[in-house]
Amino acid sequence: MINDLWILATASLVAVSCALVGSFLILRRQSLVGDAISHSVLLGIVIAFLATDSRSLPVMLGGAVMIGLLTAWLSDSLHKFGKLQSDASIGIVFTLFFALGVILISLYAGQVDLDQECVLYGEIAFVPFDTIVWGNPETGVDLGPRALWAIGIVFLIVLISILIGFNRLQTVAFHPSLAVSLGINVVFWHYFLMTLVSLTTVASFDAVGAILVVALLVIPASSAYLIAKSLKGMLWLASAYGLASVMIGYAVSYKLDSSISASIAVSAGGLLLATVLALEIRKRKRRLQPNRPVGI
Amino acid sequence: MNPDSRKAPITVNNLNMRYQYKPVLTDVSFEIPEGKTIAIVGPNGAGKSTLLKGIMGLEPLIEGEVKFFGEPLTKKRLATAYVPQREEIDWDFPIDVMDVVLMGRHGQLKLWQRPSKLDYEIAEQALKDLQMWDFKDRQISQLSGGQQQRVFLARALAQQASLYLMDEPFAGVDVATEKAIIELFKNLKAQGKTIVCVHHDLNTVGEYFDWIIFINARLVAAGPVETVLTKENLNKTYGGRLSLLNDLTETMYRTRLNQAHEND
Amino acid sequence: MQDWTVISQPSTWELLLDFWRFEDMNALWVLMGSVLLGISASIIGGFAFLRKRSLVGDALAHAALPGVMMAFLLFETRDPVVMFLGALTSSFIGFFIIDWLPKNTKIKPDAALAITLSFFFALGLMLLSYIQGLQVENKSGLDKILFGQAAAMTQDDITLLTYVTLFVLLNVALFFQKLRLIAFNTQYARSLGISVKFYEFLLALLIVMSVVVGLQLVGVVLMAAVLLTPVAAARFWSDQLSRILIIAGSLGALSAVISTQISYLAPAMPTGPWMVVSLASLFLLSMLFAPNKGLLKRFLEQKRLRQKVSEENVLRTLYKLNEQSNFTRRYFNLPDIQALRAIPIDTLKKTLRSLGGKDLVVESTKGYRMTDTGMEQATQLTRRHRLWESYLNQQVELTPEQVHSQAERIEHILNEEQEQQLEAELRDRHSDPHGKPIPESQGEIK
Repeated sequence: MINDLWILATASLVAVSCALVGSFLILRRQSLVGDAISHSVLLGIVIAFLATDSRSLPVMLGGAVMIGLLTAWLSDSLHKFGKLQSDASIGIVFTLFFALGVILISLYAGQVDLDQECVLYGEIAFVPFDTIVWGNPETGVDLGPRALWAIGIVFLIVLISILIGFNRLQTVAFHPSLAVSLGINVVFWHYFLMTLVSLTTVASFDAVGAILVVALLVIPASSAYLIAKSLKGMLWLASAYGLASVMIGYAVSYKLDSSISASIAVSAGGLLLATVLALEIRKRKRRLQPNRPVGI
Repeated sequence: MNPDSRKAPITVNNLNMRYQYKPVLTDVSFEIPEGKTIAIVGPNGAGKSTLLKGIMGLEPLIEGEVKFFGEPLTKKRLATAYVPQREEIDWDFPIDVMDVVLMGRHGQLKLWQRPSKLDYEIAEQALKDLQMWDFKDRQISQLSGGQQQRVFLARALAQQASLYLMDEPFAGVDVATEKAIIELFKNLKAQGKTIVCVHHDLNTVGEYFDWIIFINARLVAAGPVETVLTKENLNKTYGGRLSLLNDLTETMYRTRLNQAHEND
Repeated sequence: MQDWTVISQPSTWELLLDFWRFEDMNALWVLMGSVLLGISASIIGGFAFLRKRSLVGDALAHAALPGVMMAFLLFETRDPVVMFLGALTSSFIGFFIIDWLPKNTKIKPDAALAITLSFFFALGLMLLSYIQGLQVENKSGLDKILFGQAAAMTQDDITLLTYVTLFVLLNVALFFQKLRLIAFNTQYARSLGISVKFYEFLLALLIVMSVVVGLQLVGVVLMAAVLLTPVAAARFWSDQLSRILIIAGSLGALSAVISTQISYLAPAMPTGPWMVVSLASLFLLSMLFAPNKGLLKRFLEQKRLRQKVSEENVLRTLYKLNEQSNFTRRYFNLPDIQALRAIPIDTLKKTLRSLGGKDLVVESTKGYRMTDTGMEQATQLTRRHRLWESYLNQQVELTPEQVHSQAERIEHILNEEQEQQLEAELRDRHSDPHGKPIPESQGEIK
């Protein structure tokens, strides 16, 4: 029972962090950069692990942020200097990084505490068993799951960043050139957002793996985007969608004995589908009643 | 040009801009007077919007410099308010009218500061000036074209700038909005503020503006309406480009000759 | 053939020799299959790239996963054809959603792509984990389509792969003109009465087929790279579509050969990542060293241009010095030149040396002197410079102060034809805006 709680708590924090960061990605039309970073982060984790031989949190976060920013920057440079379309340059960079990550994992299979499976699924079911222990490993105090600590810290970073930078992030997302004309450093805020994406993906990695994190980044935020009237509303709604996906997904996985993280992502998709359908039905109804005034 | 000590709101010197290798603007230089309404006029693709963006630092200059009241843009950013073209805005963005107008105040605020009561009052006044106060809680996609334009004018107004740069404010708006904009121009002018607009309607340009800058990939003429709004200038502006100038400038960009030269 | 063995390590030499003696028939089949796939995926990816939809292949590959799993669940078989049809169906549903969402909701195209990709992939993984909990036969190996494993391919897989890739290639060959037209300008194609809808569907079908059939080899996650990277690399080699496609196909084939080699030598290695890494290396090589558009070439050209510009500047300065003395003095020393033009002394010496090498300037104890050819060139440059200044002044109405810096550059690229055009437009103008005479054309001097 306590294990279920640990899992749910971790999944919820992952979902909410992803929803918050993902909302800005959607609004800035950079979902694909988010996709790219979540793939590349794998390479960062593997390199950080091989280089320092430790899985300590700061090392992982550092490695991920470096490789995440490198992905964003390389895609940008390829676009500018190689004169490639921006989505093509993103595609080239992240597939290469991800491929290198997978190859390194296969080469050092014995040494890296990662395998191809967990890259894809994450291992949220094992989250409760990998705990941080204070002091002596045998007798020390059990502080709770590592993954929960990781995502907890990242969640705080994301939350504080958004609380402080809300206005700037909003203006930059709304209209970059307007932001420039107000003297806001758009490039800084771009890489700031990319840093948040990298942090979120690496902290979510243990729980949901490299690819499912994309689902949590874009799907709840997109559902919220469909109905939100203000940015604040969108952030709240996206978080709510994320949490609902966690609850439903957990129940589904229990029922079907399927992967928890995949089920959560599928539930998020289901909620988006429901939202789209509801909006479509409303649209059809309105069309059937032409006399009713429509909003404006 | 300026007998008194005040510097011109905008001084453009030898400005060059391009799109990939195509020259968009070549060697444009002019200076505008303070407290006037100024129109940038030219045919489609003449580089009017590009000029405005270049001035605002929104698109890179290949060469040249722009001074605001004799100083670089970074020092005068907040004294300069920009109204983008309506097509460039993401109207699906989840944001309401009040928040858009408050953006005009964010420039003055530090990162950790929130808009104060005064900021709200300024935004309120700006909305009232444009008869948009009743719509303050609407999401921007639920406004008509003219109303959307007025929201962005209110945003610029809330910035309390001394120089206003607007990209086609009259494009596709209703009569009420057109009147509101003209009224706004009058008020701003009365306060000694300067307004520069990209404008495409030759029928109204003489009526709405004091000054005209004719552009067609280069500067054709700039001056008060009475002196520059002539048949000759119109012919020059709308009569096609100088092909030799265009071709050679393009070759120059393509060979990156301009970079080769800087380094000798 | 020997070329390929270069990439091997000595310890695996024997294995490679075995491979290239084609004694292992299975390895040969895998090689052929992957080469075919590399070619067809790269070529069809080229069209996706041109239509600015490079990452659609990525989403479609991910979208195939639940189809494979569903097919297995429903029919409890791993017959390649059944898997293929399952994947084809779900990829097509994905394709439809990517198209439908932005058209009917506020969701933007990039988000629609990311949503489809991640949702279908999650669905596939959910089904896979569900299957793994079931008591059914044959289920092992299903997960191989995530990263691809050439060594695990069966004879049936390869037969299917061969048919499908040949089908794709045949269609591209048959409809090349139409597909090119649509990729280049959809509106225009429509105005010609071409059924754009049909060809878009055809293109989608071919993309989906290439993606789906490649899953065994490359895997769901990285299939995008096989569609995208070769054409991006090929673009550095040519501007002509047919050539780009041929080069992209060859690069795809090459990377397939490399990666199946590796897979043969180390069967546990997933093939997909190696294919992607070899493609990315080929991309990097192309970007740097391609003969016409590579970065190295651009860098060298720029360097050469810089050299030419400094030489011409020195020549023109010498002309001006000549002119100042009313063409009575012919020898000038370094300070004379530097007085007119601020060139760092080292650069100036170097430039004069290279001018000397071209017999344009000779150095003697009295100083530097232009040869007759040098003088001829210098006159021509000055003429062009002053013609351009006059043109800017007269036609563009720039002031004499503004015209100089422009003319400084244009003089280096004006050709004879443009020079004549200038002369015609300026009619009988004999002096530049600064009042200096415009020298006569070189043809008349001789």
